[in-house]
Amino acid sequence: MPHQKTYAAAFVDALLDSMSDDRMVTLIGSAPLGLGPERHLTEELRHQYPDRVLDPPTAEGGVASVGAGAAMAGARPFVDLLTGSFVYLAWTQIVNEAANGHYMSGGKLQVPVTYHCLEGVRGAGAPQHSQSPHAMLWNAPGVEIVIPSMASDVYGLIRTAIASPNPTMIFSHAKILGIESDVPPSRTPIPFGKADIKRHGRDVTIVALSICVHHALAAAVELAEEGIEAEVIDPRTLVPFDEETILASVKRTGRLVIADEVPQRASAASEIAATIAERGFDYLKAPISRVTRPDTPIPFSPALEQSLIPSARKIAEASRALCMYRNQ
Amino acid sequence: MNDEIRQRRWTFLKQMMLIRRFEEAVATAGAEKAFPGHYHLYIGQEATGVGAMAALGPSDKIATTHRNHGHVLARGADPEACLAEIMGRANGINRGRGGTIHLCDPELGFLQTSGVVGSVVGLAAGGGYACKLKGDGSLTAAFFGDGALEEGIAFECLNIAALWGLPVIFICENNSADALGMAKGGYPTLVHAANDLRSIPGSLGIEAIRVDGTEVEEVHRVVAHAAAHCRAGKGPLFIETVTRRWAGSAPLWPELATGITDIGMATGRTKIDDGPHSYWYRHNDPVLKLARQILQDDHSARMQIELLDEQTQAHMRAVVERVHQSPYPELATATDFVFAQGAA
Repeated sequence: MPHQKTYAAAFVDALLDSMSDDRMVTLIGSAPLGLGPERHLTEELRHQYPDRVLDPPTAEGGVASVGAGAAMAGARPFVDLLTGSFVYLAWTQIVNEAANGHYMSGGKLQVPVTYHCLEGVRGAGAPQHSQSPHAMLWNAPGVEIVIPSMASDVYGLIRTAIASPNPTMIFSHAKILGIESDVPPSRTPIPFGKADIKRHGRDVTIVALSICVHHALAAAVELAEEGIEAEVIDPRTLVPFDEETILASVKRTGRLVIADEVPQRASAASEIAATIAERGFDYLKAPISRVTRPDTPIPFSPALEQSLIPSARKIAEASRALCMYRNQ
Repeated sequence: MNDEIRQRRWTFLKQMMLIRRFEEAVATAGAEKAFPGHYHLYIGQEATGVGAMAALGPSDKIATTHRNHGHVLARGADPEACLAEIMGRANGINRGRGGTIHLCDPELGFLQTSGVVGSVVGLAAGGGYACKLKGDGSLTAAFFGDGALEEGIAFECLNIAALWGLPVIFICENNSADALGMAKGGYPTLVHAANDLRSIPGSLGIEAIRVDGTEVEEVHRVVAHAAAHCRAGKGPLFIETVTRRWAGSAPLWPELATGITDIGMATGRTKIDDGPHSYWYRHNDPVLKLARQILQDDHSARMQIELLDEQTQAHMRAVVERVHQSPYPELATATDFVFAQGAA
């Protein structure tokens, strides 16, 4: 029987099981759940594996570099880089060292490091603690990108990330750690590159990333009351990316909304829109719609902050507009 | 002097001559525009790479930098695969994906060979972390230039290595006293505020040793000491080897300022004139220096040294010939190796 768990609890389960299976798996950065109410869950990791949970100095680049080098030398570190905004300090180590390793060795070297951060507009983060680097990283070949939205996915995706022979970056949104969802009874890895249809519908396809999956599901409930059946797709991984599931959905619905909590210019939503426009133009009954942030830093003031980010209401509005297109 | 040391000197000379003739072949091919891009030579630093590698074990890991040719050859890589890589050929040691800046062979213990100089220090700390985790007595050696210490990542990772007691030998080949640097009296470096590079790891409690990087036996002795220190679980150690690289640091397309090495300058067959390079020939060229040391111990070795040199040159000529004839990678393979497939 499925049962409910928080994202944070499933996250820790994945680390515990990975560390139990392989003694070369270690956690560098002992607070991957941040400062929120779920942070105590990581105590179990420290309790069970006191020698394999390390508190590094405040040195994001150094920690990322140590993770990459350790992976090149045969370890399987899970490296927590804390807040997504700080990942820029580690950028060259991720995109220039870890990501290039296999390629520039001509396939001889493997770099099985996993990086993790808590990204997103977390509430009162102001410009320097509200960033989401996943779209920027999507422009760096050589890194697998995982962006789980729910407890039901995070366990299986982390298991796959740690077992992967490649560098993998996992982005958890800071505001989803406490959200519960059904987790499957058996703990199994989830293969990368397989999108999950979180809700089936015939009228509009909503592709949503991370926290936007939750907004999209709420929007779908709202839309259903109006007779619009939305299909909500969670790609789960950006690299590899499951184009086929989205194309097949758009073929059925003819309409596509993409929700991504990053500034619109060169967002993940933009890349998905371009891909579907190239490959699925004939299926479209309306222009593709992106629900993203404006190209502006995130303000501290709560009301301003809320006004800028994607929400269920904005996704519902965009979906409605597509369904009304040419019916006006 | 015992036979073991005598034998080791010959091994060192053989490796150092191979590196010298290899680098001369690279410079010649570069001057002929046989390959594109800029490149960096190891001439004058051979004693450091060869002396250090000889103190490492087969399971030890190595991280190195853009000036890597000497390290990879000293570790035993095939010169033909190395030259083929520099010339972008399919039979290159990295299948033409890395080129001169990224020569490496993980099967010989190499981690990434990074062109980002400070990153080498960080990746080596990571290598040391993996070695410690394995608990098999292995260590990681990092080779980098003085310029690496200008980047912040080096400080961050020296700190981590010291904090966590990682088995890492940080070998800083201080080559700032190159042709240009020496002319200006500049040492240790023209662009570093620290007058003594040992003070940087020293501030973190890492033992730091300076050694003459043109003396292969000295380098070997100090690195062997450092290896024992690491294997005993005493944490990292920093070695600054003071080298006198020739061909200079400034040119990205180096010129052989001293021409092709004449081993006769060591054996007495060729007179060293009083030109601008005479001091380097007499005191700084590690290959000539070692050959003279061997001769000093055994005057009858002259023929053997010259024969070794002739054989090395002939070997390199054949390598160059074969590499020039070897094919470039198939264009359809350009997107291979972005990701590793399957389980590691």
